[in-house]
Amino acid sequence: MDLLKLFQPKTMAVIGVSLTNESHPANVIFNKNNLRQRVRVFAVNNRGGELRGEKVYESISHVPGPVDLAVIATKAHLVPDVLSECVQAGAGAGIIISGGFAETGRKDLQDRVRAIATEGGFPFVGPNCLGIYSPPHLDTFFIPSERIVRPEQGKVALVSQSGGVLVDHMVKCAAEGVGVSAAVSIGNKAMVREIDLIRYFSEDPGTAVITFYVEGFDENEGRQFVMAAGECPKPIIIMKTGKTSEGTRAVKSHTASMAGDYAVFSSVMSQYGIVEATDEFELISFAEALSCYPGSIEGRVAVVTGSGGHGALCVDACAAHGLMVPGLDETAQGELRGQVSPVIQDIASFRNPIDLTGSSVDDDFAAVLRYLSRRQDIDCIIALLLPYLPGISTDLGARIGMIYQQEKKPIIAYVPHVEKYWMLIEGFMLNDVPVAHSVEDAVHMAEALKRHRSC
Amino acid sequence: MLTREMQDILADAREHGWVMEPQAKRFFGLAGLDVPRGGLARTPQEAGQIASVTGYPVVAKVVSPAVIHKSDIGGVVTGLANREGLEETFSRLSKTEGFEGLLVEEQLEGIEVIIGAKIDRQFGPVILMGLGGTMAEIYGDVALRMAPITERDVSSMVGGLKGKVLFTGYRGSRPPDMAALTALVTTFSILIEEIGDTIDSVDLNPVLCSWKRCTVADARIMLKKS
Repeated sequence: MDLLKLFQPKTMAVIGVSLTNESHPANVIFNKNNLRQRVRVFAVNNRGGELRGEKVYESISHVPGPVDLAVIATKAHLVPDVLSECVQAGAGAGIIISGGFAETGRKDLQDRVRAIATEGGFPFVGPNCLGIYSPPHLDTFFIPSERIVRPEQGKVALVSQSGGVLVDHMVKCAAEGVGVSAAVSIGNKAMVREIDLIRYFSEDPGTAVITFYVEGFDENEGRQFVMAAGECPKPIIIMKTGKTSEGTRAVKSHTASMAGDYAVFSSVMSQYGIVEATDEFELISFAEALSCYPGSIEGRVAVVTGSGGHGALCVDACAAHGLMVPGLDETAQGELRGQVSPVIQDIASFRNPIDLTGSSVDDDFAAVLRYLSRRQDIDCIIALLLPYLPGISTDLGARIGMIYQQEKKPIIAYVPHVEKYWMLIEGFMLNDVPVAHSVEDAVHMAEALKRHRSC
Repeated sequence: MLTREMQDILADAREHGWVMEPQAKRFFGLAGLDVPRGGLARTPQEAGQIASVTGYPVVAKVVSPAVIHKSDIGGVVTGLANREGLEETFSRLSKTEGFEGLLVEEQLEGIEVIIGAKIDRQFGPVILMGLGGTMAEIYGDVALRMAPITERDVSSMVGGLKGKVLFTGYRGSRPPDMAALTALVTTFSILIEEIGDTIDSVDLNPVLCSWKRCTVADARIMLKKS
């Protein structure tokens, strides 16, 4: 299944625009793409006419030149005929926004649509979905431009069975400064499913990490999903709802009662190195961490801080999440002491956690991080950067980012996410150092690196 | 590949919806898993004859299609040291609803492990392993993997248990034969994939693991509802 025309179409027809109702989903989609996205867009309504001065075509076959992508937002009962026209007109792919299929008991209609598309070799997303946001090419979410929060273009692909949850994830990505390569609402997933998207995004050079929000899999679909994930070289993060099940109560074997649906789901995800997030905050943090560092670690963490309390908090959180904070030997401590400013040599603690104290300056953090990056017994560094310390400047983010770029040992920073410190945060993030918004969040990020296994 | 006899065992059990212990053990024995020596006794005399071959002490278990959880009704008696005790047990358990006989087997030692399988709707055949016996449901200390599983999966399953120390030996006890346990679980996983279309779930509980052998001390196969 070639999905490139779904994500990077040059031309797009929006079928089902209203000539009278400006807030019709098809009109919203037409307008926002016509004005703001790279794709060339054509409006289609069988009555023809004009929309905001643009010609409305009576059918997709009247649109000049080949159409890469057809966005269908007509009433459900019209979709089979519209789809047939798309196939005949040689359109490359489709997105069916319309609802009124399996979700309302009309599985028969959905099956008909799938049969037409399968026979015509016409991949489509939906029905009953928001479609695709793929910057800078297209945005089929029927949310007016002034209402949507768009994350920057980046390396994280978001795939969701729920359009509402997907929009929420985009809002949170934007808030955390996490860039998105594409966001896909797959709705009833009558044709294009999670498995197809794993394959597409694993080949997509713009994507480094793939996240999924899943409510459930069909029969045996979970097995196919993990097999496809096992072949994907990029990290995959998954979040599941519907964890409680009534279905396992009446069983008679110990195994069946202990191997409930969610227990199996969670175990199999971890068996295949897929990182499970328990909520949307974890999902975004994991995505940020793994988009910066796609490898995996065993979890031997060094903690560097300017405040003893933060160091202790971090060590406790590491222990609670199965990460080790191994103490450094006397030799290493001596070497570290020799590299920091004389003023902190006798007051700092170098054992791990490494507390450089409130008298530390940029040079101290840079020297310690460089040293730790070269040690074999440490495979991840958490740097608790407290920008209110007088010796810390806003340049330190980019400086530490450069250390990561040179040494390639994963570094995770914690900086409070307030506007005042944003320059420090960006210095890290532009150099692939993820920045957590709390100490606990930084530990979550390290945990994601540990739980992800390159298959 | 299933032998003719293995196929027959599954086919014959369809009426009750599950394969009872003697037939289930025969099934797994044919598949190459270690099962205890012993047999099904229809009379007290037969029980005595079986015990004289296996040697005392023996374990006696009620066999009835009406009884799925034998322990719940006192249907499992361990440590029977002589013929008198065995015959008395026979006469007591023969009053059980649907009584078909008494399973008399050698008494084994070792830690109690549960090894199970379930055909999951989303993921297909899934293998479970953990602390077994009656502890299984109390502690729920189990690990799950999608079949097929490798030898490495077995060691990571054991490593993920809270009770993993039981498998490495504790307080001077001799640890169980991990090679035997690993072979048992991987063979079981292959078998489950073969019979995945006919079964719903399987319990091998307990499997008794000592430093000498890992033996399926009880087994039950729940068939798929047709």
